[in-house]
Amino acid sequence: MTTTYELSHLRALEAEAIHIIREVAAEFERPVLLFSGGKDSMVMLHLAVKAFAPARVPFPVMHVDTGHNFDEIIAFRDEIVAKVGARLVVASVQDDIDAGRSVDPSGPRASRNRIQTATLLRGIEENRFDAVFGGARRDEEKARAKERVFSFRDEFGQWDPKNQRPELWSLYNGRTAPGEHIRVFPLSNWTELDIWQYIADEGIPLPPIYFAHKRKVFLRDGMWMADSPLIARTDADEVEERSVRFRTVGDVTCTGSVESTATTLEAVIAEVAATRLTERGATRADDRISEAGMEDRKREGYF
Amino acid sequence: MAEMLRLATAGSVDDGKSTLIGRLLYDSKAIFEDQLEAVERTSRERGDEHTDLALLTDGLRAEREQGITIDVAYRYFATPKRKFVIADTPGHIQYTRNMVTGASTADLALILVDARKGVLEQSRRHAFLSSLLGIPHLVLCINKMDLVDWSEERFEEIKAEFRAFAMKLDVSDLSFIPVSALHGDNVVERSANMSWYEGGSLLHHLEEVHIASDRNLIDARFPVQYVIRPQNQTDHATHDYRGYAGQVAGGVLKPGDEVVVLPSGFTSTIAAIDTADGPVTEAFAPMSVTVRLTDEIDVSRGDMIARVRNQPHVGQDIEAMVCWMGEASTLAPGSKLAIKHTTRWARALVKDLQYRLDVNTLHRDHDAPTLSLNEIGRVTLRTTQPLFFDEYRRNRDTGSFILVDETTNNTVGAGMILGPTEP
Ligand SMILES: Nc1nc2c(ncn2[C@@H]2O[C@H](COP(=O)(O)OP(=O)(O)O)[C@@H](O)[C@H]2O)c(=O)[nH]1
Repeated sequence: MTTTYELSHLRALEAEAIHIIREVAAEFERPVLLFSGGKDSMVMLHLAVKAFAPARVPFPVMHVDTGHNFDEIIAFRDEIVAKVGARLVVASVQDDIDAGRSVDPSGPRASRNRIQTATLLRGIEENRFDAVFGGARRDEEKARAKERVFSFRDEFGQWDPKNQRPELWSLYNGRTAPGEHIRVFPLSNWTELDIWQYIADEGIPLPPIYFAHKRKVFLRDGMWMADSPLIARTDADEVEERSVRFRTVGDVTCTGSVESTATTLEAVIAEVAATRLTERGATRADDRISEAGMEDRKREGYF
Repeated sequence: MAEMLRLATAGSVDDGKSTLIGRLLYDSKAIFEDQLEAVERTSRERGDEHTDLALLTDGLRAEREQGITIDVAYRYFATPKRKFVIADTPGHIQYTRNMVTGASTADLALILVDARKGVLEQSRRHAFLSSLLGIPHLVLCINKMDLVDWSEERFEEIKAEFRAFAMKLDVSDLSFIPVSALHGDNVVERSANMSWYEGGSLLHHLEEVHIASDRNLIDARFPVQYVIRPQNQTDHATHDYRGYAGQVAGGVLKPGDEVVVLPSGFTSTIAAIDTADGPVTEAFAPMSVTVRLTDEIDVSRGDMIARVRNQPHVGQDIEAMVCWMGEASTLAPGSKLAIKHTTRWARALVKDLQYRLDVNTLHRDHDAPTLSLNEIGRVTLRTTQPLFFDEYRRNRDTGSFILVDETTNNTVGAGMILGPTEP
C-alpha cells in the first residue's frame, strides 16, 4: 500500500481542535471548558480528553445552569463529568435571581436565556478564568461567520467585532491584561453535519433527548415546545403527543423540537443531511427576535 | 475519504464575488431555507428584480447598513468529494490586512475580475498577495461573461494580460475559468453558452485540484507544544509516561527515527508516536500527536524536534517580509515587539527596514522610514532567543510568525521568513 499522506476532513478538523486546546492549556493560567451536556460540548470535552491522554484534562468544566433544564440533561452531565474525572463548576442563574442581581422574566414567553449572560460573566469573574472554551461554530449564524478562534473580551466580558485580533496561520495570540479574557472556539470550522459524523465515528454518548421520543408538546411560532411546568401556556396552545427530537439542549423555555422518527445516530445524520433549515432557525426561539439578535447578544458577552 | 480544501476569495467591489459564493453555496445546497427566506424577504423589501444571492454572505449589521464587507468571513460547503472552507475577504486597498489573514491558511486563491473591466490594479494586488502568502493554486475567474456576449476573444485577452503579470510572481499553478456568477454558467455545471471553453466548471476544478503534495513532506519538523506527564502515582501503566504533544509542521515522523531536539542539540530516537486512539506508525502535517523519545532528556514547550541530518535554521537574526496590521502604531527600525513563531514566544527588535513594497506596482521604496497599516516591507529582525525556522517558501508553518504589541497585546504584524540574515 502506498501512503498518500492525506487526512480526511474530520481528522484534519480534529487535529486543528486538539492543537487549539493544547495551545490554551500551555499559555493560559486558568482555562475552563463550558459544558452543558449538549452535543457540541460533548464533542469539545471528548477532544479535550484526547488532547491530553493518557493524562487527565488539565482544566475544570463549567455549566451555566438556567434552572430550566430537561431532567435528563443534569443526570447525563454529572455522569459524564464523573467519568472524565474533571472538576465541575456550576454557575447558577437562580443564585443571581435570589441575590437580586438578575430579574426572573415572567409572562407566557418568559425565558431565562437572556439573563444567563450575567451568570456566565459572574462565573468567569469569580473563578478568575482567563480562557473560556465554547463549542460555537462559524456555520451557526451570520454574526459568527466572522468570529475568531481566539475571541477577545474586555473587562466587561463584551465582544467588539471591530476590536478583534487578526488571526493568521495557526499562530494564536492569547495575551491579555488582568480582567480580560479570551473565548476560545476550537470547533469554529466544523459544520453541524461534521459534528454528527464525528459523534458517530467516535461513539460519543449523547443525552436521550437528541433522539426521537414521544413527548407532550405544543406548537408555538412553528416550533414544537415541550409541555413543561416551566413554560406558561396560553389557552390557545394545544398540547399533543408527538414523536420529536431536539437539535440543541438549551433552556426548556426556548428550545423547540422537530418532528422526527430518528432513533439512531445514523437516522439523525440522514435527517440532518437532508434538512433544509439551519439548526438555530429551526429550534431556537431566542434567535428569531430580530435579524441582528445574535450580534446584539454577543456584544453583551453571550457566546 | 473527503479531504478539506481551504480557499481564499478576493475581488474588487462589484466584480460579483458575493454572488459567486452565494451561488456555490446555493447550488451545493449549503444554504438553508430560513437563510434563503430571509434573503428573499430583504431583496423584496429593497425592490430588487431577482433574489440577491450576495446577501447570503453579508455578515454584521454594520456591513449590511453600509453595504460593504469589512472583515474576513468564513463559509462552509461540502460536496461528496470535498469539504470547502472559504475565507471571504473584501477587496478594498485598506483591507490588505484581511486578505493576508484569509490567505495565510489557504490552499487556493480565487480571484474575480469583471470581463468588461479586465485586469485592474486590485486584481494584480490580490494575485501578488496570494503569491506572497504562498498559496499554491490560483484561479482567475473571469466573471460577467454574459455582459461581453460570452466572447472567447475577450476571455483570451484578459488571460494573456494576467499571465504576463503573473510571470513576475511566484505562482506554480494558474488556471482561468470564464463564468457568469449571476446565471450560474461554469460555476457548478459547464456552460452551454461557451462551447469554446474546454475546461471544467469552477466547482469541478475545486474538487479535483491536487493539494496533498502541497505540504512539506521532506523536512521533519515537530514544534513541542505541551509536555504530557500523567504523574498518576497509582497507575503503573502511565506512571513514567512522558510525551511531547504537538502538531507536525513538516515531513514525516516514524518510530525509530534518529532525532535532534533544539535548542539543546541532544539527540535521541523516536520510541513511539501516540494518539488517544493508540500508537501510529507515522505522522505527517497537520496531524496532532504525542511523541515519546527513547532517552530521558529535558524537552519543553517551544523546543523543536527535527531529523539529525535535516535541521532547520537556528538563529536570532532573520530576514522577513512583514505585513503591518497595527492601526495605532507603525513599524520602524528600533521597534521592539513580542514575536510568536511555532510554539515559541520571544522578543524582537527591528534592526532595519530595507524597503517598503508598493503592492500595486511591486516597486521597492528603499527610503521608506516606516511601515504603517496595510503596508508590506522587507525587515531585518534580531530576536532575544534563537528561533528554529525555515524559509516561508519551503514551509509555511515553520516560516511564519506574528508580531504582537507589548503594551496593547494586539497582533500588529504578520511575517514570512526569507532566511537568516547574511553576516
Ligand atoms: N450580468 C451579470 N451581473 C453580475 C454577475 N455577477 C454579479 N453580477 C451583478 O454585479 C453586482 C455586484 O455583485 P456582488 O456579488 O454584490 O459583487 P461583490 O461586491 O464582488 O461581492 C450585482 O448587481 C450582481 O447582480 C454576472 O455574472 N453577470
